[in-house]
Amino acid sequence: MSGQHPPAGGAHGAAAAASGAGPDGGADLVLSVRDLEVSFGTKRGTARVVRGLDYDLARGETLAIVGESGSGKSVSTLALTKLIPIPPGRVTGTAHLGEVDLIGLSEQELLPYRGRRIGFVFQDPMTSLNPVHTIGRQLTEGMRHHLRLSEADARDRAVDLLRQVGIPGAEHRLDDYPHQFSGGMRQRVVIAIGLSCGPDVLVADEATTALDVTTQAQLVDLVGQLQADLGMAVIWITHDLGVVAGIADRVLVMYAGEVVEQASVEELFARPRHPYTVGLLASLPVLGDFDRDELTAIPGLPPSATDLPPGCSFHPRCTFRDDPRCEHERPPLREVAPGHRVRSFYMVPEEEARHAAASERVAVEPPDVRDQGVVS
Amino acid sequence: MSSSPAGGSGAPGERVGEPLVEVEDLEVHFPAGGRRDRRVVRAVDGVSFTLARGETFGLVGESGCGKSTTGLALLRLVEPTAGRVHFDGTDVRGLSRRDLRAWRRRAGMIFQDPYASLDPRLPVGEIVGEALDIHDLHQGKQARRARIAELLERVGLAAAAADRYPHEFSGGQRQRVGIARALAGEPDFLVCDEPIAALDVSIQAQVMNLLAELQRDLGLTYLFIAHDLAAVQHVSDRIAVMYLGRIVELADRATLYRSPQHPYTRALLSAIPVPDPVRERQRERVPLVGDVPTPLDPPSGCRFRTRCPEVFEACGRVDPVLQPVGPGREGGGALPDVGSDPRAQGHLAACLLHGETGRPVERSDHRDAREAAPAG
Repeated sequence: MSGQHPPAGGAHGAAAAASGAGPDGGADLVLSVRDLEVSFGTKRGTARVVRGLDYDLARGETLAIVGESGSGKSVSTLALTKLIPIPPGRVTGTAHLGEVDLIGLSEQELLPYRGRRIGFVFQDPMTSLNPVHTIGRQLTEGMRHHLRLSEADARDRAVDLLRQVGIPGAEHRLDDYPHQFSGGMRQRVVIAIGLSCGPDVLVADEATTALDVTTQAQLVDLVGQLQADLGMAVIWITHDLGVVAGIADRVLVMYAGEVVEQASVEELFARPRHPYTVGLLASLPVLGDFDRDELTAIPGLPPSATDLPPGCSFHPRCTFRDDPRCEHERPPLREVAPGHRVRSFYMVPEEEARHAAASERVAVEPPDVRDQGVVS
Repeated sequence: MSSSPAGGSGAPGERVGEPLVEVEDLEVHFPAGGRRDRRVVRAVDGVSFTLARGETFGLVGESGCGKSTTGLALLRLVEPTAGRVHFDGTDVRGLSRRDLRAWRRRAGMIFQDPYASLDPRLPVGEIVGEALDIHDLHQGKQARRARIAELLERVGLAAAAADRYPHEFSGGQRQRVGIARALAGEPDFLVCDEPIAALDVSIQAQVMNLLAELQRDLGLTYLFIAHDLAAVQHVSDRIAVMYLGRIVELADRATLYRSPQHPYTRALLSAIPVPDPVRERQRERVPLVGDVPTPLDPPSGCRFRTRCPEVFEACGRVDPVLQPVGPGREGGGALPDVGSDPRAQGHLAACLLHGETGRPVERSDHRDAREAAPAG
């Protein structure tokens, strides 16, 4: 909150060093979030929606934030540019985009960042596009405002963007309205808008959740391609661990407003250590796994943000719980391997965790769908 | 799951495997809208399958393929426009209003959205009790109350839940209420329409396990409709894949996974993200181009040809029939004699690569096979 200083050093220096140990070793940092807290005043008391979030994001990197509804995964990124109502919302901590701490900025000061330096793609293209304006107008709005492009230049660039996101006949579609596009095409338009001002960070908040799987596959590939071309960093917020496995470099697993586990994607899926992560993986049906009659469900429900349990927020549902501290003491985020941090008193042993991992659950290899002859 | 002995609810175990629901050439066409508009939406356009008593039959496909409408039409919650539905020997389409109501005791439905499918003004006990009243079951205040408590406990809720309102429950608990209501009439058959799609990942497994347990204990037969092929594969014995109002492939779950024959099934399988970074990043996808054509004007011949990577000349002029797959079946031939067990029907696919069998296209507006359907 103390203003505009570079993120390294200070009280959170240790944390910065630890979480900065991503694939790029902390080089080329675009976004650095420390101690982010978001709360809302409600009739039932204060809802602590995000509790002490730390992460770093390097140029070109994809960070996945995974969690279930109410885990704080969306709010944590909306809060970066105050896209939540304040009050009743309250945001503390720091979020440095380059040299600037976004959290310390006023509404007015944030305007040059929203859509320009941080682009957003939301879940539902039906509600994130305005039905009464042409997509050309919605695409050029940001570019005219932020990049000061003339109308003609903005339209030219809009056509390029539509081509980039794979809309056929792009030059003829600018004057069409959202309802004239299919769901998948509409989401491509939303992605084009997110990209239009060349952001440093693109936040994709459940960006493919509302789409069919074949369309989802197309868009996941598309974002990956654009990211490689443009070098932007992506924060991909999702509940779908399959999508995470395909796109992420690093993963944050959120539960009840806090990070319970963070690791590189390979490490997280091969050696999950937090009981919640292990539970989540074990509860998923996996294509080709015909051996399991019953899925290992996580019992109970996530806690309400206004009524968090004391101690470890996951302990009421935890089947591994074995430490007296679980019920009283909030576990710290501990580093168990380089770049792999876990917030639990109990680390699930590798043997047990492996049982949950999808890689161990498929008896038969999936068919190679491309080479298989169809004619029998 | 199908092999487990059935008990209770008037479904003697020895009848497991006999046909319970027979669907033949089911059609649901809706008028396109305008008074002058003579066109019809071919939501379901000639669908045939038979459910064996005690099995779970999965119906999978992307939005708009007609899977939900098929489920609704089986129960006459929408009226089929053509075709035959037989339930345990009864011609469902021939039932009078009164008989239909009595029959619905035996065939129930679980809906997708536990928020929209429960009356918010009724306490949960009344929601379940209504279903008892309609069928004149457990009359008398005490018997009724006891039965409601029994049903709620059956689905893993406390009997005391009866006095609370839907908004006091989480999504997963509401879905349990919906299941209790569906069980009130002691049905043999339940249509489960996307029963887990609206639920969080950790809760989905709970509901899938509950459905499996109920099937085991009560000898239920399920039609499980979902877009999530991994979930469908987990719960189903056999699976039918739908595309644009038709079944394009039908097989037992392992065969469908190991040896998918229809190009659409293969594309669908390849698009489903697998929660394992190693496998997910090595997989080759079957790329699908374009969007699903409108059911107002489906392509001539094979409906998938506008997006099919294997399309060839015949696809535009012959409408392929669902025919057996396997050696010695070139050129089609009669369906195998399934005897009394519909599960013996084997692996069926509707693709001309298996030999050109089907109806020649007679339509005058026959278009070239390679012409892509324009979007929206």
